Amino acid sequence: MDNLSTYLIISAILFSLGIYGVMTRRNAVAILMGIELILNSANLNFVAFNRFSGMEKLEGQVFSIFVIVLAAAEAAIALAIIINLYKNLNTVDVDEADSLKG
Amino acid sequence: MPISIFTLFLILPLASFIFQLSIGKRIGRNSHWVSLSFIFVTLCIALGNLFSEISHHSDEHASNLVFNWIDLGTFKIEHGFQLDSLSAIMLVVVSLVSFLVHLYSTEYMKGDPRYTRYFGFLGLFTFSMNGIVLADNLIMMYVFWELVGLSSYLLIGFWFEKDSAANASKKAFLTNRVGDIGMFLGIMTIYFFTASLGSATLSFDGITALFQSSFSSFTPADITIVTIAGVLIFCGAIGKSAQFPLNIWLPDAMEGPTPVSALIHAATMVAAGVYMTVRIFPFLTPQALEVVAVVGAVTAFGAAIIAITQKDIKKVLAYSTVSQLGYMVMALGVGAYQAGFFHLTTHAMFKACLFLCSGSVIHAMHHALHHLNDHKTDPQDMSNMGGMRNKMPITYASMLIATLAIAGVPLFSGFLSKDMILAGTLAYYHAHHGWTIILPIAGFGAAVITAFYMFRLIYLTFHGEPARKDVYDQIHESPLPMAFPLMLLAGLSLAFSFTFNLNPMDSHGWFTHLISEGINVVGLNMSQVIDGIHHAHHDAMIISLTVAGIGIGLAAIFYLYKLVNVEKLAGVLNFFGLYNLSYNKFYIDEIYDAILYRPFMWFCNLFSWIDWDLYDQKFIDFWGWFTLKISDGAGYSDYNWLDQKLVDGFGKITNKFGQGLKVTQSGIIQNYLLGGVIGFVTIFIIFKAF
Repeated sequence: MDNLSTYLIISAILFSLGIYGVMTRRNAVAILMGIELILNSANLNFVAFNRFSGMEKLEGQVFSIFVIVLAAAEAAIALAIIINLYKNLNTVDVDEADSLKG
Repeated sequence: MPISIFTLFLILPLASFIFQLSIGKRIGRNSHWVSLSFIFVTLCIALGNLFSEISHHSDEHASNLVFNWIDLGTFKIEHGFQLDSLSAIMLVVVSLVSFLVHLYSTEYMKGDPRYTRYFGFLGLFTFSMNGIVLADNLIMMYVFWELVGLSSYLLIGFWFEKDSAANASKKAFLTNRVGDIGMFLGIMTIYFFTASLGSATLSFDGITALFQSSFSSFTPADITIVTIAGVLIFCGAIGKSAQFPLNIWLPDAMEGPTPVSALIHAATMVAAGVYMTVRIFPFLTPQALEVVAVVGAVTAFGAAIIAITQKDIKKVLAYSTVSQLGYMVMALGVGAYQAGFFHLTTHAMFKACLFLCSGSVIHAMHHALHHLNDHKTDPQDMSNMGGMRNKMPITYASMLIATLAIAGVPLFSGFLSKDMILAGTLAYYHAHHGWTIILPIAGFGAAVITAFYMFRLIYLTFHGEPARKDVYDQIHESPLPMAFPLMLLAGLSLAFSFTFNLNPMDSHGWFTHLISEGINVVGLNMSQVIDGIHHAHHDAMIISLTVAGIGIGLAAIFYLYKLVNVEKLAGVLNFFGLYNLSYNKFYIDEIYDAILYRPFMWFCNLFSWIDWDLYDQKFIDFWGWFTLKISDGAGYSDYNWLDQKLVDGFGKITNKFGQGLKVTQSGIIQNYLLGGVIGFVTIFIIFKAF
């Protein structure tokens, strides 16, 4: 089981779950969670490719740490947006936030 | 005298003109003192000049250059003063008559609303006339020639409220233009001809000297050119001196104020034509002089016949002037140079006197009629006068003297000058024979008629019973400013004034000493002519005395003693149409009307029709209509097609697209993401597939 395709399959499953969550959930927090899944599937890919492509250096790992940091910042900003959304609309349902509708 | 003094002859009258037109009106009636004093100074200088000319007379022409007018290298015109005995005498004539007319007008024009303007115009005229007299070349003379034409126009039309006066001024101006065109062509011919001889010149002395030196080498063609040039320049004199066939304007010019008629249309301006002919006499060929003589003879005789039947006192005098000018022109034509200029001078005095006397009569008549509130009776019609000698003794005496002078009675100036002219025509006939018999016949015939119609005027006006008793009672003698010029001019109509010689038959005196016999450098043998005149003198005197006696006697029989019923005689003559022919001035006006005016008007109407009805209304208006239609079409297509369809169409299409595309902006974030995923998958599949 210790080969690249196993990791890639797990990563793909994580990514698909993330997309599914983002596209189907009405709750803004759930969408945020979906995005986290997508980001983590990318992290898994970074680390897996680094491990199985025989590279001396740890670029994949470093990149994934960057992504984690980025995700943290993203979560902070997104939660701030959600709080503001809630303050204005009194809900976190993204379907309600359609004032840009043409 | 220094040359600069002569500029005063131009400056003073011009100053009078400018003064009267600029500030005269504010001063009002008293402004005439300025004009009077200016002209009086001019007169004094002219007299001083004449006396110095008499005392140190020399035949040399003292022509002093004043300034270069136009200098374009080879083309050069210099303006100068010609100071000789001719101009000395003319300056006195012009200044004297001008001064007397100024004086006379202060009374005659009293109360006229344009009183100061009148004096201004008189100043302009005097300025221009002095310019003609002093000019030493043809161009300068032409400039002042046109200026006198202008002042004549202004003064004839002075009472422009009257249609007749306005029309008369236009007629005078236009008729003069006809002659002046000829004159200008003549000047150009002379210029180019002298240029072809090697030295282009327009000054009288220059042309004379040039022709004198080169006449021996003239070809027949050259002589023809000089003849044509002479006749063309003489056309100017035909217009200005009212010679046949341009005599029609002068009688109409009597619409102007009577003192103006005396100054301009009797004594000076009309004599300018004669004066100019005197100036160009040295280079008039015998052929050209023949034309001059015939024109003069026709005018002298024809105008005299017209004068017989006129009823208007001024019209009689006007035709008399035309006739006397014809005499002067005829005199020059036959080579009697001295006689022509002598008659000009004597005529200026007695004709100015006659006009001022007639003005005095008209003035009195006018006031009498005004007093009676009668505005229908014509104050100039002699049939309304009669017996006025008792009421106006000074006017009567002056007019009688002037009439005796013009009739050619010894002791009076006209006798001397007319006698010399008639001797000239007789001598011309003796020298040439043949058809030239018409010249002495016209001369003596006109002399009979002149004596007749002038005494007819005297008898009708001053003798007999008053035609209107009520008017007669209101007639008064004119006041001193009007009477004084009459007396002075009457004095100057005596032969003694021109000779200082008590023998009435002898014309030798200061005048004949001062004026030379004339020279001619293009083929006329002057000494032969002078000899001929000398021989013919005796016969001419006898005949002219006889004819003057016949004329006066006939007039006395017809009008003083009324031995013949004049109206019956006129009826008999009219059986042949003669009376009407004379009364209607030989129908010259009507002939011009028929051959010039009406065809001209017909052409004008034709061109007016072509221009307005055809070109303007049809052609131009068609383009207007056409442009309108095109514009309508263009406007329609622009609005309905371009604007409404194309421009608005773009707007509408954009709007439609926007409407369609706005559906995709659902505002639901998942939809956008779905689009992204589908797009990604599609691209992925496409890349995998190919």
